[in-house]
Amino acid sequence: MNALVVAALLLVLLTLSYQIGWSRSRKLAQGGTETRLHSRPIYHGVLVALFATLPAIVVLGLWALFSDSVAHNFILSQLPASVSQLPPVEVHAAVGRVQAIANGFGVIGQPSPEETAAAGSFASFQRLSFLAVIAAAAALGAGGLFWARRRIGLRLRARTEVEIAIRIALIACSTVAILTTIGIVLSLLADAIRFFTFISPIDFFFGTTWNPRFQSAGTGSAGAYGLLPLLWGTVMISIIAMVVAVPIGLMSAIYLSQYAHERVRNVVKPIIEILAGIPTIVYGFFALVTVGPFFAAAGDAVGLDINATSALTAGVVMGIMIIPFISSLSDDIIAQVPRAMRDGSMGLGATKSETIRKVLLPAALPGVVGAVLLAVSRAIGETMIVVLAAGNSPVLRANPAEPTSTVTVSIVNQLTGDADFTSPQSLVAFALGLTLFVMTLLLNVMALYIVRKFREQYE
Amino acid sequence: MTDTTLPTNAAGNATRALVRKSLARRHRDEMLFRWAGILSIAAALGFVAILFGMILAKGMPSFWQSTLHVEAYFDPELIEGGPRPERQAGASEADYQKAISDWQRAVTLSNWNAIVDKAVRTAAPDFEIETRDLLKLVTSAARFQIRDLYFANPDLLGQTVPVTMLGSANTDNWLKGTIDRNQPDERQQLAVSTRQLADQLVANGAIRFDFAWHIFTNVDSRSAPASAGLAGAFMGSLYMMLIVIVLAVPIGVASAVYLEEFAPKNRWTDLIEVNINNLAAVPSIVFGLLGAAVFINYLGLPRSAPLVGGLVLTLMTLPTIIIATRSSLRAVAPSLRQAALGLGASHNQTVFHHVLPQTFPGILTATIIGVAQALGETAPLLLIGMSAFIANIPANPLDSATALPVQIYLWQGNENRNFFEARTSAAIIVLLGLMLLLNAIAIFLRTRLERRA
Repeated sequence: MNALVVAALLLVLLTLSYQIGWSRSRKLAQGGTETRLHSRPIYHGVLVALFATLPAIVVLGLWALFSDSVAHNFILSQLPASVSQLPPVEVHAAVGRVQAIANGFGVIGQPSPEETAAAGSFASFQRLSFLAVIAAAAALGAGGLFWARRRIGLRLRARTEVEIAIRIALIACSTVAILTTIGIVLSLLADAIRFFTFISPIDFFFGTTWNPRFQSAGTGSAGAYGLLPLLWGTVMISIIAMVVAVPIGLMSAIYLSQYAHERVRNVVKPIIEILAGIPTIVYGFFALVTVGPFFAAAGDAVGLDINATSALTAGVVMGIMIIPFISSLSDDIIAQVPRAMRDGSMGLGATKSETIRKVLLPAALPGVVGAVLLAVSRAIGETMIVVLAAGNSPVLRANPAEPTSTVTVSIVNQLTGDADFTSPQSLVAFALGLTLFVMTLLLNVMALYIVRKFREQYE
Repeated sequence: MTDTTLPTNAAGNATRALVRKSLARRHRDEMLFRWAGILSIAAALGFVAILFGMILAKGMPSFWQSTLHVEAYFDPELIEGGPRPERQAGASEADYQKAISDWQRAVTLSNWNAIVDKAVRTAAPDFEIETRDLLKLVTSAARFQIRDLYFANPDLLGQTVPVTMLGSANTDNWLKGTIDRNQPDERQQLAVSTRQLADQLVANGAIRFDFAWHIFTNVDSRSAPASAGLAGAFMGSLYMMLIVIVLAVPIGVASAVYLEEFAPKNRWTDLIEVNINNLAAVPSIVFGLLGAAVFINYLGLPRSAPLVGGLVLTLMTLPTIIIATRSSLRAVAPSLRQAALGLGASHNQTVFHHVLPQTFPGILTATIIGVAQALGETAPLLLIGMSAFIANIPANPLDSATALPVQIYLWQGNENRNFFEARTSAAIIVLLGLMLLLNAIAIFLRTRLERRA
């Protein structure tokens, strides 16, 4: 309710100040002999509105941030001193009772006289502070309004000032991306370093057992945090995914761009790209319910022991997910190979497939390699498919038909419970995240570098 | 320039013979290569078909669920608690609320199972069955449903009204044959008499397969899986998407405009550029770690809240929007800028009045792609606690909530596999349907905007 009133007042202030600035500058422009304003009235209006509303918004924002804790402390100071000695939960309940009495909801049974007194003074405090804040905001708004209005003159470069304000806002927005990266790096590093105070980095990076015991399970022992089984699982699944995705993706890109009829291309391409838009949880469910049992049954039929949830299942489904990624990237890259090279090869009598295999592909190879690296970095970071279909068994073994686990699965397992951010069991997620981040970063930088070099070659 | 250029000597003839001899092999290679391409495309299309076929085949039956249509008698001898309390003069709001909740507690303690039992028996009066087995036929939420009818209208006391109750998950499995009906008794979830009663009720029309609207209106439920729905997850996703749209679009477009139109080309902007490209390829789960460490642990925002989820997804979507907006800004004809500048527009005016409006279709497409991506994202949400079981529809973005993809994750792990495999597929159909709708809106708006431009 209060928020609505405040928002309405702000809106009124905004329109009013804009209108004042606009009409004042209009009048100046029509009045005197020298009638040329530097800026159009609209900029004067915006400038006045900025000066009027920004300080008010800052005041109201600060109040919104701190009013709760101020109210809490005020009520505590009104209650007997013994209350603040109570455990936090009871202090909270006592304060809540006073607030309930003050805003008229009341409490069950008879409130104690101290509570009634505290509620009375809190209610008046609340009214007063609300009025004071509104008054301060209004005074600042009015002050800004009058000051900005007095500045309006023929010489005032209102447009330049407004444009500077816009520029500042734009720069602020573009730093969000930088701040995100800094936030990721800092939070991962800080918590990973805290993890390494429990477990030495050597045990983490070169350990071959992954067995993080939860605190409730055992006392004293923190468990083993060897990264290698997870890393191997990640690599194995990525390799399987690439074995599926690269041939199918590359060949369908080649066929669609070199052989297929225009009409076929226009139908088939969007259908394949549907695969890229499907959420990964859907792929995970597909792997768990359809692909896994299919592999297990197929294994039974030929006498092989294949687990329904295994590196094979997760890898194949992840490969399906990556097909459109490979195919659209290779499509772009093949299209960038100069036409003259293709025409030259065909003119010398090579067949279409010979041209593609011996001229186009070697020329496009760096670009395709870059695309594959990008796809690998995607496969490494993929989570939901492996959570559902890889079997969650972090043991070092080479057979892809057995269950396995990955870095991402372990992050989810370690941080999904009620994490307290103090035990190695949950902090290890950040060490794993850091490993993942560095791996994907290296792959991406390498891939972007290769692709860029490739583009420059033919520009 | 015709035949004279061909070699006519012996060596030439040998070459020609060689070429001719290898021709068959080369044409065979050509054929093989072509077939490899066709097979790859067939494989890719086949995957799409299998995926959608499986989801639809499993999920569609779940939208029609066994429902009992019976008459319930609100027996005054069974329902306790007396009349609903009136507001006493002079009592505070808190006292009144307490009286109401005391009354509700007393009413809840009545034997609602007996009322459900009698209601079901009206549909099959002669059937001999124990109450315990009969109650397994209907969802355990049925008694609360009938109690809520009474809460809403205490005048029902002593009346008989037609009610609809969902069959339990096991009844649904039995009637749809999700568990093989030929399995021996000890492997069936329901007693023999319950199964016979279910079959008889289907035969006499008391159980019908109605469209399961409650999938869209109910929240998740553990005790009564048959009545579990998506409403809570849907609201959670809706809040998050609103936050993503409100934050990611303005910030993303503003950064793109600054980087493309205003920023000087120097080391700093190069760094931002590389940084954004890398951010676009950072695995989504890393954003989840960021959310857990910064928003929840450091800033102390509530766990499981759509606000935190929305912020994490915003950061994840930003690079997509920035990159797409930049490329559509780059595609605007330079002559437009030159004309505006030449007529005396300032740099800002050129960009905001002339260049930016040209890119609206591109920005719109990027926004929808980004939002669709965020809508389907699961992993980061698991890390910020949105996988908790929530039995309420979130009233605001700070309430605990879950999201559609996370609900899919939770349902696929439910123990009642036979029932929830279908239910999960139904949830996937809803999610994919929403994404399809988003994309359709994007295509529609883009064509309209482009026609006008």
